[in-house]
Amino acid sequence: MSTVVEPDTVPAIRRIPRPEIIAHAVEPESEGWVSWITTTDHKKIGIMYLWTVAIFFMIGGVEALLMRLQLGVPDNNLLSPEKYNELMTLHGTTMIFLVVVPVWAGFANYLVPLMIGARDVAFPRLNAWSYWRFLFGGVALYLSLFFTPPEAGWFSYVPLSSRAYSASNGQEAWIYMVHLTGLSSILGAINFIATIHNMRARGMGWGRLPLFVWAMLIYAYLIVIALSSLAATVTMLLLDRNFGTHFFDPTAGGSALLWQHLFWFCGHPEVYILVLPAFGVFSEVLPVFARKPIFGYKAIAASTVGIAFLGLLVWAHHMFSVPTSTVVLAFFMLSSFVIAVPTGVKVLNWIATLWRGTIEYRVALLYSVAAIGTFLMGGITGIFLAVFPVDWQLTDSYFVVAHFHYTAFGAAAFGMLSALYYWFPKMSGRMLSEKVGKVGFGFVFVGFHVTFLIQHAAGLSGMPRRIYEYSSDSGWSAYNLISTIGSFMLGIGVLITVINIVTSLRKGTVAGPDPWKANTLEWYTTSPPPEHNFDVVPRVRSVEPMKDIRRQVEQETGVAQRHAPSRALSEA
Amino acid sequence: MGASLVLAGSAFAGAFVPESGGSPNADRIATLYKLIAILALIVFAAVEGALVWAFFKFKAKKGAVAAQIHGNTRLEIGWTVGAAAILVFLVVVTFVELPAIKDPPATGRNGLQFASQAIYASTDQPTPPDGKALKIVVDGQQYVWRYQYPGKEGVFSYTEMVVPSDTTVVLDITADDVNHSWWIPKLGGKMDAIPGYTNHTWFKARPGTYRGQCAELCGRNHANMLAQVRVVSPDAYQRWYDGQAARIKQARTQQQQNRPKYDTAGVGG
Repeated sequence: MSTVVEPDTVPAIRRIPRPEIIAHAVEPESEGWVSWITTTDHKKIGIMYLWTVAIFFMIGGVEALLMRLQLGVPDNNLLSPEKYNELMTLHGTTMIFLVVVPVWAGFANYLVPLMIGARDVAFPRLNAWSYWRFLFGGVALYLSLFFTPPEAGWFSYVPLSSRAYSASNGQEAWIYMVHLTGLSSILGAINFIATIHNMRARGMGWGRLPLFVWAMLIYAYLIVIALSSLAATVTMLLLDRNFGTHFFDPTAGGSALLWQHLFWFCGHPEVYILVLPAFGVFSEVLPVFARKPIFGYKAIAASTVGIAFLGLLVWAHHMFSVPTSTVVLAFFMLSSFVIAVPTGVKVLNWIATLWRGTIEYRVALLYSVAAIGTFLMGGITGIFLAVFPVDWQLTDSYFVVAHFHYTAFGAAAFGMLSALYYWFPKMSGRMLSEKVGKVGFGFVFVGFHVTFLIQHAAGLSGMPRRIYEYSSDSGWSAYNLISTIGSFMLGIGVLITVINIVTSLRKGTVAGPDPWKANTLEWYTTSPPPEHNFDVVPRVRSVEPMKDIRRQVEQETGVAQRHAPSRALSEA
Repeated sequence: MGASLVLAGSAFAGAFVPESGGSPNADRIATLYKLIAILALIVFAAVEGALVWAFFKFKAKKGAVAAQIHGNTRLEIGWTVGAAAILVFLVVVTFVELPAIKDPPATGRNGLQFASQAIYASTDQPTPPDGKALKIVVDGQQYVWRYQYPGKEGVFSYTEMVVPSDTTVVLDITADDVNHSWWIPKLGGKMDAIPGYTNHTWFKARPGTYRGQCAELCGRNHANMLAQVRVVSPDAYQRWYDGQAARIKQARTQQQQNRPKYDTAGVGG
């Protein structure tokens, strides 16, 4: 295997003439800010998405810290109830619509074409438009800070969000934001669907599609279904508020409950929109750093589809305490239970992927493993919430706040940080510092659990959600103080991560095309890739094309290409 | 800060299980919660344990070679079926416990003795076995709870509900303005109060005072929309009821007497 081969006797594959393109003039890649605002390059758009998301993530985080400061001690009057409700609304809205949904649009924009061996997405200009709509949606929401921010919560239940009870125009800013970012996501999703269906490299059948791309495909389908519905729903609210309709007005024959059904019909798939791409990240990161193939590729891909389908059938488990007949309650309990099966299958497959591997403790892997462990807890508290009689005690309490942060932060945002550490070398050409990254990880992981684990207890002892203050005789003071301390640890962890990004962009070790010896096609090209992505797109023969290519190069040149664990360890 | 942490010791009592002890439905919910918790803890320990063990045990070492395994169909079918079996068990447990949580029981021997049957219609909450219950209409308003008691005297109260002990109290819950949610943790789960709809729940409480507060965001003072249920003996309830009726009557009379003054005073008078 290691015999050196003379250049003349290089196997047949080298002698096949490559098609040649003769360029009469090569325009240099444009730089400067004009190149960014006029770009239709999926990589530049992806980076703009990610920077915008990073800024919104920090804004949403500061809002969360302000709320935690207010709740840190009982009877606090740091924030007025009005300010608290505004911060709560902005925090939820920002984190959902401006962070965890678009962050995957950002990563996928950059990565999906590279991972499937395409030169760009199917509709590059539409793609640019999606980004700008997203940005302006966020700006529309935040401009309301100068007037009257919305204060009816990210779910904006009617009648509270109707004209009679929220007279200010902040609610319109919220609706406008949902429209702009919603259409951005829908158009982006259509783009991903068209790209993934039509532009895969030769040989990349559905059984060889990287699992992150599988997740993004399903994410895209869910967005088309769920966010279209949400767009219609908020339009009804807009009409109710401004044009005299009464869809949700109980005093004129409308139904206040209709909003909840329509909203959660989008809102629950939204949860999977947040978390399925994170699952895709785990499925990419674990095999690379365990140096093992993913365990049960087909089961993981199929369970993604299963979760998405079932995710469309569970929305009313967010509203078990509204007037509902037992039959309906039972249906939504059962459908919520059933969704636990494909989710459990995924978790066990990931553990089996680690099993008997040789695991390298890179920061990307740490975040993925931490996310799986944390998500497991969120999944198990989800079982309690799915049992509707138990949910009557737990819903709208801090138990739910804890539960969904375990999924939305513990799985989705940890997945986002894992993706950052894993793909940053590809995007920037430089490595993030592993040392700083591990310190940041420690703060994020410990801070997260200190913040949210204790909130289960607060909820079980009767603390409702969305209250701006509580009295000292409620017995919730200690829980809240602990939670507030944890939230600042988490904040420090995020800050360390941001510092790591900023310093590594300039001073990080140069990454080279394939620093991790990874499995998928994005590592075939340079880091960062040229505007056209690939000079030659290789033919795909398995789900791990880079492994095949390394093996082939090894056979042809005799130079060891495969991953050597000892070397990697000394680097780390 | 230190003082709050010391205080935590006593506060941790209700930290692991939902509040209970006031009414049988709250107790049954706590029981159901514990049953699920036992199963959940086993699953959690097994899966989280496997994850943590794999993570530390299979750390890359010099000379270690990763096993190139792509999957194991039997194993995968096995854990899919296993997960489904656990859920079937949970469904069975839930439906065994459900009637005791959802259906109001009969009033006890020490409870209020009803002269006639208080008949009420409801699609999804069956009547108590003897058809008798004290029905109170709970009405959520920004930011106060109003309770309407049965009887032609039209007795009502705000914030504090007074009820007889060992008596089945059924609640018709609605709201006047925005959504609210009725929640007294020790007396059972929440029921949302939604304008245009009537929601139902019940409790049969032991004597004592039970506190709760609105659990659905209802505006700026959501945090201050408190509720309290004072459970007293049937005799004491009857005395309170008569007293409240008299107070309301007196207030109405006073209002009637004062009205002419307002009427003749005119605007700005």
